[in-house]
Amino acid sequence: MINTQDILETINMIQQENLDIRTITMGISLLDCSDSDIDKACQRIYDKICFKAEKLVATGEGIEKEYGIPIINKRISVTPIAMIYAASGGDPVKYAQTLDRAAKAVGVNFLGGYSALVHKGFAKGDEELIKSIPEALAVTDRVCSSVNIGSTKAGINMDAVALMGEIVREAAIKTQDKGLVGPSKLVVFCNAPEDNPFMAGAFHGAGEPDCVINVGVSGPGVVRAALTKIPDANITEVADTVKKTAFKITRVGQLVASVASERLGVPFGIVDLSLAPTPAVGDSVAHILEEMGLESCGACGTTACLALLNDAVKKGGVMASSHVGGLSGAFIPVSEDAGMIDAARSKMLSIEKLEAMTAVCSVGLDMIAIPGDTPAEVIAGIIADEAAIGMVNSKTTAVRVIPAINKKDGEEIEFGGLFGVSPIMKVNTASPQKFISRGGRIPAPLQSLKN
Amino acid sequence: MRAIITVVGKDTVGILAKISAQCAEHNVNVIEVSQSILQDMFCMIMLVDVSKCNIEFTAFAENCKKLGEDMGLVVNAMHEDIFNTMHRI
Repeated sequence: MINTQDILETINMIQQENLDIRTITMGISLLDCSDSDIDKACQRIYDKICFKAEKLVATGEGIEKEYGIPIINKRISVTPIAMIYAASGGDPVKYAQTLDRAAKAVGVNFLGGYSALVHKGFAKGDEELIKSIPEALAVTDRVCSSVNIGSTKAGINMDAVALMGEIVREAAIKTQDKGLVGPSKLVVFCNAPEDNPFMAGAFHGAGEPDCVINVGVSGPGVVRAALTKIPDANITEVADTVKKTAFKITRVGQLVASVASERLGVPFGIVDLSLAPTPAVGDSVAHILEEMGLESCGACGTTACLALLNDAVKKGGVMASSHVGGLSGAFIPVSEDAGMIDAARSKMLSIEKLEAMTAVCSVGLDMIAIPGDTPAEVIAGIIADEAAIGMVNSKTTAVRVIPAINKKDGEEIEFGGLFGVSPIMKVNTASPQKFISRGGRIPAPLQSLKN
Repeated sequence: MRAIITVVGKDTVGILAKISAQCAEHNVNVIEVSQSILQDMFCMIMLVDVSKCNIEFTAFAENCKKLGEDMGLVVNAMHEDIFNTMHRI
């Protein structure tokens, strides 16, 4: 029998340290649903999602009970809708409503893929779909949207950057009475991964199989607890401890992914090795950084600690899973992380510092509330900066900022649930208007010429 | 399929008897038992075979949990594989 200590360690990780499987996400290709008649296409989409994901939630719950590991979310990602919309034209919001109905019918809490990939330019339908995002997010409950505006291979589409600055603002204005849910379900990407299981940025890429199961693990609390046991260790030992802990966390993800894939009769795609925080006490990435020896997240040294953490998580996780993918790294969403919220409240953490941190972590400026009067071109400037970091470093970066309409910096907004609370952070208001309005494309960097 | 039942809590009379009775009632065979007292806390780990269990394993796990709550203990019944995958390569 397995050693008693090991058994108790596992139980402790789950019950005391918030170890969980953050999401089982079923990726479904909708390419075979496109039709020149929008109503026919919508019907096919609804039928396919309901057929493929009928047992997703029940299977997830079954695994949860049998193995004793909480599986927090069961979700769906679909082919970027812009690809389907291109064939039909019409009102793109119909697709969003169809996806919302399907998500409710199968019982998933979010469905991602109201998306467009425009890193090199707009194809037919892309622009209309992007312009419909604020309306689509306002009239649906469970649909998430993302737009890829840049990549290392293609450069950055500055026309799309300028457009997204306006779309993010409009999404906030349209949902200001609904807790600003619009921009919290909208992610602007550079180098978007095709197999990401995490919302709001999940979509099912064109190179993916017809249907696939991707799993996102979590466990910042477990990593922090492991570090509290070695308060005086040197940094090499800290990195080793993170690595070993990440290995154990990821093994659970791999187990759940393979069992889910077998029971659903759907191929296993990837395990996403991410440390995804929640606002719950003891589930914070910022607290891991503070455990390493920072007075507060945001202090000088934060970027170095995060770089170490991110790298050790990958090194530990990569051997624990047969296929690793998605975003894989540490997330730093401000409103969803108790430690980040505190650091932002006490002004120890600024947007500029967060931007530096995104150069070494898995995603980008995530769930950050900004003053409601921030102009669209400033938001576009934030997007362009993040995209540049992603493009040059061949990594995924993203922007999910929430313009808090009618509120100023220093105030707070509450999103509720997993989205948490966010102090509104100060943004540099010097205008990048001329730069943003030039349009065109930032050429792909030298790093892209690898052949 | 094999599962691991863990029981953690304050030591009282009859813990082993009640858990074993629960197993017997549902035709669950106890393969191995180890128990120890860690800092006044009673800690018991049972390896059981649930392949002939007369109810769904998830229902059995739920029953174990309830039995634990009645006795003021934390009882978990989990598939053996979660421990195997985490601690063995």
